[in-house]
Amino acid sequence: MARIGVYVCHCGGNISEVIDVKEVAAFAGEKSDVVIAKDETHMCSDVGQQLILNDIKEHKLDKVVIAACSPQFQGATFMRTVESAGLSPYVMEMANIREQCSWPHFDFPKDATEKAKDLTDMAIAKARLDESLKKKMMPIGKRVLIVGGGIAGIQAALDLGDAGFKVYLVEKDPSIGGHMTQLSRTFPTEDCAACILSPKMADVPVNPNIELLTYSEVKNIEGFLGNYEVRIEKKPTYVDPAKCTCCDDCVDVCPAKVPNEYEEGLTTRKAIYLPNPIAVPHSYVIDVESCLGQVPLACTKCFDVCEPGAINYDQYAEEINITVDTIIMATGFEIFDATQKAVYGFGKYENVITAMDMERLIVHGAEGSPLRATGNRIAFIQCVGSRDEQVGNENCSRICCMYATKLSQLLKRSDPKRDIYVFYTDLRAYGKGFEEYYKRAQGDGVKFIRGRVAEVIENSKTKKLTLKVEDTLTRNIIESEFDLVVLSVGLRPNGGTDKVANMLRISKSPDGFLQEAHPKFRPVDTLIEGVFLAGTVQGPKDIPDTVAQASAASSRAIRLMNKGEYEAEPITATVDEDICCGCAICVSTCPYDAIKIEVSGDRRVAEVNEMLCKGCGSCAAACPSGASQQNWFKTEQLRAMLSAAL
Amino acid sequence: MKNNSNPKIIVFCCNWCSYAGADGAGVARIKIKPYFRIIRTMCSSRIDPELVLEAFEKGAWGVVVLGCHLGDCHYKNGNYKTLRRINLLKKTLKQFGIEDERLRLDWISASEGARFAKIVNETVDAIEKLGPLEVKM
Ligand SMILES: Cc1cc2nc3c(=O)[nH]c(=O)nc-3n(C[C@H](O)[C@H](O)[C@H](O)COP(=O)(O)OP(=O)(O)OC[C@H]3O[C@@H](n4cnc5c(N)ncnc54)[C@H](O)[C@@H]3O)c2cc1C
Ligand code: SF4
Ligand code: SF4
Ligand code: SF4
Ligand code: FES
Repeated sequence: MARIGVYVCHCGGNISEVIDVKEVAAFAGEKSDVVIAKDETHMCSDVGQQLILNDIKEHKLDKVVIAACSPQFQGATFMRTVESAGLSPYVMEMANIREQCSWPHFDFPKDATEKAKDLTDMAIAKARLDESLKKKMMPIGKRVLIVGGGIAGIQAALDLGDAGFKVYLVEKDPSIGGHMTQLSRTFPTEDCAACILSPKMADVPVNPNIELLTYSEVKNIEGFLGNYEVRIEKKPTYVDPAKCTCCDDCVDVCPAKVPNEYEEGLTTRKAIYLPNPIAVPHSYVIDVESCLGQVPLACTKCFDVCEPGAINYDQYAEEINITVDTIIMATGFEIFDATQKAVYGFGKYENVITAMDMERLIVHGAEGSPLRATGNRIAFIQCVGSRDEQVGNENCSRICCMYATKLSQLLKRSDPKRDIYVFYTDLRAYGKGFEEYYKRAQGDGVKFIRGRVAEVIENSKTKKLTLKVEDTLTRNIIESEFDLVVLSVGLRPNGGTDKVANMLRISKSPDGFLQEAHPKFRPVDTLIEGVFLAGTVQGPKDIPDTVAQASAASSRAIRLMNKGEYEAEPITATVDEDICCGCAICVSTCPYDAIKIEVSGDRRVAEVNEMLCKGCGSCAAACPSGASQQNWFKTEQLRAMLSAAL
Repeated sequence: MKNNSNPKIIVFCCNWCSYAGADGAGVARIKIKPYFRIIRTMCSSRIDPELVLEAFEKGAWGVVVLGCHLGDCHYKNGNYKTLRRINLLKKTLKQFGIEDERLRLDWISASEGARFAKIVNETVDAIEKLGPLEVKM
């Protein structure tokens, strides 16, 4: 005979405004094995938890049922509560009467109360049959894979490396740094981006705990927390970084010219090139796609001129196999492809550029080598590819308001004669120091106009651009001519994310960015154990938020690895030897090869390896004799729940 | 068996995708008809066809099995096993004369609250028309 305590939560009205919680508690109190049934405003509060603890003692409860929110929300809290009273955490059952009852059924209070009774009854039925399972301890090492070497990946690598964890930082490009290497200054403090980033980049290869794998791609990931097996391919750069002195002699002679991606295609580079001025590793690379001389050795101009003999055409792709315990995804973003928004003429009109182009123009302007003329009348168009159902992106990109505020005032201050307009939908200056920074831009004379630009029209002779805008504050239609139009493009998920995310089965939110386990309380975890998110891979954000999230992801990873062992759920499979007929159906159904048939004499019996079993329950569903069972989800428990529901 | 005037639908959800999706529908306050009861397992591959039959036997008007999208199962390929098992079961049910609409298999990701609501509401609508199950098994 079980001794069950049932607690029905009001959730401060979230539940009790729809469901008659007193009626549910009274109903539960009538059930066999239920010793006490109560209702309480906040079961998850100290008061609520104390109530459970006291009752366990006073009424010698051995099972606890909590009708409240989703077990995915507060399940862990209540498991800890009963555990602290000396019971197994697996004798606690929750009835989800909030997310799956009061919230979606707010219009049907009577039916919702009936449903809440059923859900509570189902939880009681399961609790009756709960066993006192104990968490199992599993060994775990201190190795982390970080995918993506933008500022997020760099920060996470440094945090973990400094804390003594072994880090493999994999970056697909020849240099780490990501988008931040391209920026001019950073809002709202206007620090020079390269100046604050390059010391951090330089810290990476000298950290003894970090193994930096640039120009590398993750080809395959298998396994689980504590045992992820990763296959990486490192592409050849054909230049030995130890010998390359970055003299630039090869670049002078190389005949192969291609658009320079670091300069957003505003300039060209050679097939042999330094990825960017602050590149780490600081070494030249041959981009084999554009090189004229690889197969057969037709050119070799760079080889001939390279004095230190750094060039080696005999390099091959290298396969690297590693095993890690946890993984941080930091594959970042890419900017919205502005050609998708045809009405603004990007790619068609030569004087329509993106904000990233403008970042590069400002960097070169400051260095006295302008890449192109900007003219005097400059317009920024906000929300290009953000908050726009037509292009399929409803989300706000968060940073465009502030980078336009930054770029516009940098332009204005460097030449006060310039006429600069920012056309916005809403101006969102939400962060620390942002509103003040926006005021400063206004004070400097940048004109902020509220209105969505309908169209950009080019004068085919002068190449000047006319913007048609309705000023939504004054209701005037503005038609005005500009020398240059800058599109404040939004942030989209990086094309490099999908492949790796699919290997790990991380889900995506509707905006296409990777989804966190809980938006409030687990913002850097994923639902995959031991896999974390850092930076813009999770959604658009600025540098401070990216760095904060990277440090958060590191500390979440450390939390799992630090003790050398972690608690794994004991919801594994068991086999009843007396019933098992040795048919081996379970063996073939197990995705983790966790089951073996033991033969002794003429008896064949299935045996589950607890360390390998991940607890899917597939074998229990397949077993024809009912010998295979999954802890906490035994067939008789599921059947008891059905009976209670129907 | 309890009162049989309203539809009674059992929804099996896996912990990782479809259960989280069901919670998502609630968080977004999407209105769903209150005639379903969810049973959570870790993976849809825990759902053995006999359990579904038992649900019908005990008076369910309909059963919905929801897993992660194919390729997204938390345990590699669990939902492919579910797909095979439930499709086989559907054939058996047909032989008993049980209407196809009474057993639905579908996939829901953790972020698809609206899709969860749509699938459950569609099932409730279809099954309200059919009424309680009357076949004796
Ligand atoms: C025009 C513009 C101006 C901005 N101005 C500011 C500003 O002034 N202040 C501010 O705070 N923020 C600004 N930002 C935002 C800032 O750029 C981002 O917050 C920051 O760069 C995000 O860093 P990240 O590491 O998350 O992503 P990223 O910088 O995108 O880095 C991701 C890295 O992962 C790599 N990668 C991708 N896929 C793979 C793969 N499969 N395998 C291996 N590696 C992979 C990429 O090559 C890249 O190096 C601006 C953004 C833009 C577009
Ligand atoms: S071998 Fe390739 S990289 Fe070297 S100079 Fe010739 S084209 Fe350029
Ligand atoms: S529960 Fe799943 S992982 Fe564990 S032994 Fe059974 S089939 Fe294998
Ligand atoms: S499927 Fe069941 S009966 Fe067959 S070997 Fe496995 S546990 Fe034993
Ligand atoms: S975990 Fe969702 S179907 Fe397997």
